[in-house]
Amino acid sequence: MILDAKIPAGPLAEKWSTHKFNLKLVNPANKRKYDIIVVGTGLAGGAAAASLAELGYNVKAYCFQDSPRRAHSIAAQGGINAAKNYRNDGDSVYRLFYDTIKGGDYRAREGNVYRLAEVSVNIIDQCVAQGVPFAREYGGLLDNRSFGGAQVSRTFYARGQTGQQLLLGAYSALNRQINAGKVKMYTRTEMLDVVIVDGKAQGIVTRNLETGKIETHTGHAVLLCTGGYGNVFYLSTNAMGCNVTAAWRAHKRGAFFGNPCYTQIHPTCIPVTGDHQSKLTLMSESLRNDGRVWAPKTVELAQKLRKGELKVTDLKEEDRDYFLERKYPSFGNLVPRDVASRNGKEMVDEGRGVGSTGVAVFLDFADAIKRLGEDAVRAKYGNLFDMYYQITNEDPYKQPMRIYPAVHYTMGGLWVDYNLMTNVDGLYALGEANFSDHGANRLGASALMQGLADGYFVIPYTVGDYLAKIGPKPVDAKHPAFEQTKKDVEERIKKLLALKGNKTVDEYHRELGHIMWEYCGMARNEEGLKKAKGLIQNLRADFWKNAIVLGENEELNQSLEKAGRVADFLELGELMVDDALMRKESCGGHFRIESQTPEGEALRDDEHFAFVSAWEYKGDNQPEELHKEELVFENVHLTQRSYK
Amino acid sequence: MSANGMNLTLKVWRQKNAQTAGKFVTYKAEGISPDMSFLEMLDVVNESLVHKGEDPIYFDHDCREGICGMCSLYINGHPHGPKRAITTCQLHMRSFHDGQTITIEPWRAAPFPVIKDLAVDRSAFDRIQQAGGYVSVNTGGVPDANEIAIPKVIADEAFNSATCIGCGACVAACKNASAMLFVSAKVSQLGMLPQGQPERYRRVQSMVAQMDEEGFGSCTNTGACEAECPKEISLTNISRMNNDYFSAKLFRQEELHGQSHGE
Repeated sequence: MILDAKIPAGPLAEKWSTHKFNLKLVNPANKRKYDIIVVGTGLAGGAAAASLAELGYNVKAYCFQDSPRRAHSIAAQGGINAAKNYRNDGDSVYRLFYDTIKGGDYRAREGNVYRLAEVSVNIIDQCVAQGVPFAREYGGLLDNRSFGGAQVSRTFYARGQTGQQLLLGAYSALNRQINAGKVKMYTRTEMLDVVIVDGKAQGIVTRNLETGKIETHTGHAVLLCTGGYGNVFYLSTNAMGCNVTAAWRAHKRGAFFGNPCYTQIHPTCIPVTGDHQSKLTLMSESLRNDGRVWAPKTVELAQKLRKGELKVTDLKEEDRDYFLERKYPSFGNLVPRDVASRNGKEMVDEGRGVGSTGVAVFLDFADAIKRLGEDAVRAKYGNLFDMYYQITNEDPYKQPMRIYPAVHYTMGGLWVDYNLMTNVDGLYALGEANFSDHGANRLGASALMQGLADGYFVIPYTVGDYLAKIGPKPVDAKHPAFEQTKKDVEERIKKLLALKGNKTVDEYHRELGHIMWEYCGMARNEEGLKKAKGLIQNLRADFWKNAIVLGENEELNQSLEKAGRVADFLELGELMVDDALMRKESCGGHFRIESQTPEGEALRDDEHFAFVSAWEYKGDNQPEELHKEELVFENVHLTQRSYK
Repeated sequence: MSANGMNLTLKVWRQKNAQTAGKFVTYKAEGISPDMSFLEMLDVVNESLVHKGEDPIYFDHDCREGICGMCSLYINGHPHGPKRAITTCQLHMRSFHDGQTITIEPWRAAPFPVIKDLAVDRSAFDRIQQAGGYVSVNTGGVPDANEIAIPKVIADEAFNSATCIGCGACVAACKNASAMLFVSAKVSQLGMLPQGQPERYRRVQSMVAQMDEEGFGSCTNTGACEAECPKEISLTNISRMNNDYFSAKLFRQEELHGQSHGE
């Protein structure tokens, strides 16, 4: 089959305007005859649910947390990009588009990315109107900073808590619609399957996490805004509850999975301390604006530091290797995340890592404190420094932070067309849950932008087109597909609850995480990936024999919740490995050891791999079928990325 | 502390559901590293319970980086434990000593009924926000962001109020289970900003009315809420809210400002 991305024809800058005009509209009086299901209430889901309700649709929104305000978008620290050019420093919609395409290593669609850059300016206006307290200058206007790999200052921020403030803005808009009766909110409710009727998504099956009650819900369209799947690695910067289940269930019902192997490893996270570790904490990339990344110049010095024979503050300037500044003089510490991460790992692999485990490098603020003063540094990064201190018991005002890369974001996700619709009619994916805008690597401060762009400014237009075409006839809740899907969900829960083996679900999850990190992490090769595939298959088979799942369905049962999610990760993990094996080039976050330049940088193979991989599920334990969406570049010239 | 870490005694509140009476159950936590977070220590205990076939302790948690507001443990008589200005997930075991007994309870407040063990239902907070914690603007059609100039001090102060994570520690700390700090943080944030002015007096009245309806108690200016707040939301917010609330009641500010309720 040929995947049709439905990118509108015409010049790049006019595609979205033309498309909006060509989309069908739903008559205002008819909007209330449509029900729309929105799963997830982060930036994408919260913004979509509020905006669609404002238009007059009936929205049903779902989250597994106890409140929509807790969605993991809240944890985003650094900022949000927008091509406002408030700084007069050469920014434009085209430049943001170009930087995003290049940053994504030319593996994203031109049309989507241009639209993202175009609506970025509206997002800032919207958030400010809601009362989001962005950082300001003394003149009263908005402040900006430069962020991860950008040479212009286009990032808007709210101290180190930008995601929180944006999410609370979307949450407030959502609350207004709940109060108006236009959104029905279901909290502590997990989506466990999607109901497809005659090829169209018309509902979902959920489990009430408090009571265990399994229910079906109908809608004319289903929007999955359920985030990314970084927790397949067990340790990541994601929240503990982040999972792939909604997206994976949709995949098993026919939605293609796009670019599953594209994982972003964030360079600046607090290193692992031991086996008890449950998650990793990000230190915002904004820290690289003022912090300098370095490692000891020699292995001997590193060893002395690790043994405590030397203190980090004893190390003289000439004993320090500011390796990013040395290797990439024009971007320095601000190289994109994939480049910074790989270089950090290289230092550790060479034996120049620091900290008691030796798996870390330094991020040093001594120069910034000397230049700006401690107060100015505190005003910018105070909450991050405090968080670092809480976790490590080390004071970053007095000694450098120790950092190491960790899994942070997944660029892959459900395949969607320009309208954000998957290949299943009426089933949409927004935000991190889709694959569409970041290519093989996401630039800093672009995730918040994409989530809100999809929710506030794309889906309100595109879903209307579909709804107008299918008409407002009520969904038939009695269609056998609803009963059948519910039965499938109940069967699976029964199967999980019957597992009375000897290994906890967390133990399986941790083991899967080790395999993924080791063989499908920062650098991958064919041998390792093949090994990983076998290991995952064995682990999955073992899980379905020997896992322990306690309790019953009709209660708040964390054992059962986790088991369902880990079972899905055990399937997704293998698909990620398959995708990584197939893609023999290096690009962005996907570094294939076999494909590098003489200087050790990622080497793309545009001739053979300038496509999106979209995988089709073919049944349990069957190989998935690969479909390719060729990427067409009419505006940018593909070059090897260089940040030297 | 032994070479293999700390040994602790935990007295944990266990309660099957809202309908069943709860009780304290004692557990041993052994070989605990000081680098573990408090929740990681509970993970270790839970893993051993699961291996024994016993129901693990249920507690709410999600981001584990102090921002989502989900974790909510009452530890040795303090919401979020003994340290100031952090959430439970940011509390590390180095704040405890070998041999210590640690008592862990859920938030205790009538408007926050226990769901199971250490998790409570905080949906009352959502309903208060739904009553008016927003600026009534639709998506699209808003002015350019820089058309609204806001003095930096106002923006910074509004930001301080906006950092509330909605965890409920203020209610748990208060002898009256008052939600004034939580409600006033949102009222202050929007009340200070120009965007919030058109609905300023209407908002405070709706949110306070909902707060009362949920059954939260009165504020007596004791300040336990401020002392225990992981985000250090200040009592000044409560003063601002009282000011707006009385202005609205006494001087019918809504009309003075020429605004209609649409009622």
